[in-house]
Amino acid sequence: MRGFLLNRLSQSLVLLLIVSVIGFVVLNLIPGGPLAQFGLDPSMTQDDLNRLKEQLGLNRPLWMQYLDWAWRLVQGDWGHSFRDGAPVLDVIGRHLVATLLLMGSSTVIAIAIGTWIGIRGATHRYSVFDYLATVGAMVALSIPTFWFGLVGIYVFSLRLGWLPAGNMYTIGDGSALNYLHHLIMPSIVLALVHVAIWSRYMRTATLDVISQEFVKTARAKGLSERRILMKHVVGNALLPMITLAGMQLPSVLTGALVTETVFTWPGMGRLFLDSLGYSDYPVVMGLLMFSAILVVLCNLIADIVVAIIDPRIRLS
Amino acid sequence: MTAIVANSRQERWWNSRTAHRFMNHHLALLGMVMIAVLTLACVLGPYLLPYDSLYIDLRARFAPPFTGHHYLGTDPLGRDLAARLFMAGRVSLLVGFSAMLLSTLIGTLVGVLAGYRGGWIGTTLMRTVDGFLSFPSIFLVLALAAALKPSPMMITVVIAATSWMEVARIVEAEVRSLREREFVQAGRMLGLSGTHIMFREILPNAIGPIIVAATLTVARAILMEAYISFLGYGIQPPLPSWGNMLNGAQQYLGTAPWLAIIPGAAITIAVTSFNFIGDGLRDALDVRGDHT
Repeated sequence: MRGFLLNRLSQSLVLLLIVSVIGFVVLNLIPGGPLAQFGLDPSMTQDDLNRLKEQLGLNRPLWMQYLDWAWRLVQGDWGHSFRDGAPVLDVIGRHLVATLLLMGSSTVIAIAIGTWIGIRGATHRYSVFDYLATVGAMVALSIPTFWFGLVGIYVFSLRLGWLPAGNMYTIGDGSALNYLHHLIMPSIVLALVHVAIWSRYMRTATLDVISQEFVKTARAKGLSERRILMKHVVGNALLPMITLAGMQLPSVLTGALVTETVFTWPGMGRLFLDSLGYSDYPVVMGLLMFSAILVVLCNLIADIVVAIIDPRIRLS
Repeated sequence: MTAIVANSRQERWWNSRTAHRFMNHHLALLGMVMIAVLTLACVLGPYLLPYDSLYIDLRARFAPPFTGHHYLGTDPLGRDLAARLFMAGRVSLLVGFSAMLLSTLIGTLVGVLAGYRGGWIGTTLMRTVDGFLSFPSIFLVLALAAALKPSPMMITVVIAATSWMEVARIVEAEVRSLREREFVQAGRMLGLSGTHIMFREILPNAIGPIIVAATLTVARAILMEAYISFLGYGIQPPLPSWGNMLNGAQQYLGTAPWLAIIPGAAITIAVTSFNFIGDGLRDALDVRGDHT
């Protein structure tokens, strides 16, 4: 286990290093580079900009600038927002909970429905249900998330009036029920794509497990199909899904950005778009790096969890 | 895999087993037909309609579909929605297709190099792939699209720059597994150059998985273009794209829902079709891998 942990940790560190290099390249592609903030100020002359460049060390070789930038990143000094001067990490922190709430609830929905569809598809292989699930998954993967959201708003908010069209809560009503009411549609919209992905993988994983020897043994022992499925198949099939959940995180974050925009949900995705609109590059860069670091860490955690549950992995 | 390539050279390709399997895949056929119809409509449509995509018919603002002279209705400026849909289709399909070509090219080059050379070059390249995959693609695309000048060309490059990793992974795995095979060793013994072995001897064997991945990349590129154009950082008006037609649609959702429904349906149909075709090709070319 220790060898596995060390190996996996060093991999993640290398990955973080590469992620930071990519982030640094993007930062320098932005017009004005790290000085974009001051370029917008009309009272700044070229001389001022040059002096600032000198002071901030932006005329040093790029690799030195990179080391400096990466070191400040490690220390938690991510710069300040152009809009309100607050530290970038604080700004991100203010929007984190809303995003996690949305992503969490939609992941629960995706896992619950996706797992069910996947297992049923595998146990009733080549049935009408299986065929519809396969085609349905491919269509679900092709629907633009924002469009699904718009259609949802049209049907359930404007026509039927059942669900609110946006925001996280009604102003003046902070009850849990109110939050929940606002959460339903965005989390279902965000979940759609992942129900499709989840059900496909779950189907494959279940089929893999069903064809293994220990399932035959269980059948030979005379266990009921239901018991075999619940006790022996599902648990084993769910194990690789932990890794999948980690791998799906970037796509969940992408979906969250779009969903938050359509439903004016005050999360990280909306913050990213707003900051982009205000050319608030420190926050944009901060969110870019934050999301990538989050992805690397979650994948690391997923792998460690799998290793704890499954001795085959940590011992190999 | 070698057999497929060899076979199709001897026989006529439409008699090959691959072609038969593809033709028996109903969804893939449906996808092909839908893409053909969509492409034809986008190429010829604008010539057949009475209105130009930029013509402003102020008396017919917000005309609903299937009423009057505008078959699919009009937008808030009174521009014909059908004409705009077809012009937008040209842009969206072209961007999706070009992005696929570029990203497949990048992915193949990286994959072949990493798989064949291996060692620290291979490791560095594949860790870079992992690094790019760690970013939620839309964050990267939006940051780049906002930073660079948003011309259709630049949008294509940005989408390609963030979608080449799948192909690179597939090609790398394929090349790595073939690197030590006899025919490659024979090539080395004959003194063929590394480039020749990589691209003329090994790469043709990986063409099946590349075609499948490329087809699915078209689907993803069309979706990505739609996302960023919807958010206002992609194709800029007055040039229409399926994504930017939806850009202002949300505020008219109550009064003119067709503004949102029609372009979104076009995107869904196009993307679904490419996904169907990719699925059919995977079965026909017998490409291993998960079914998603």
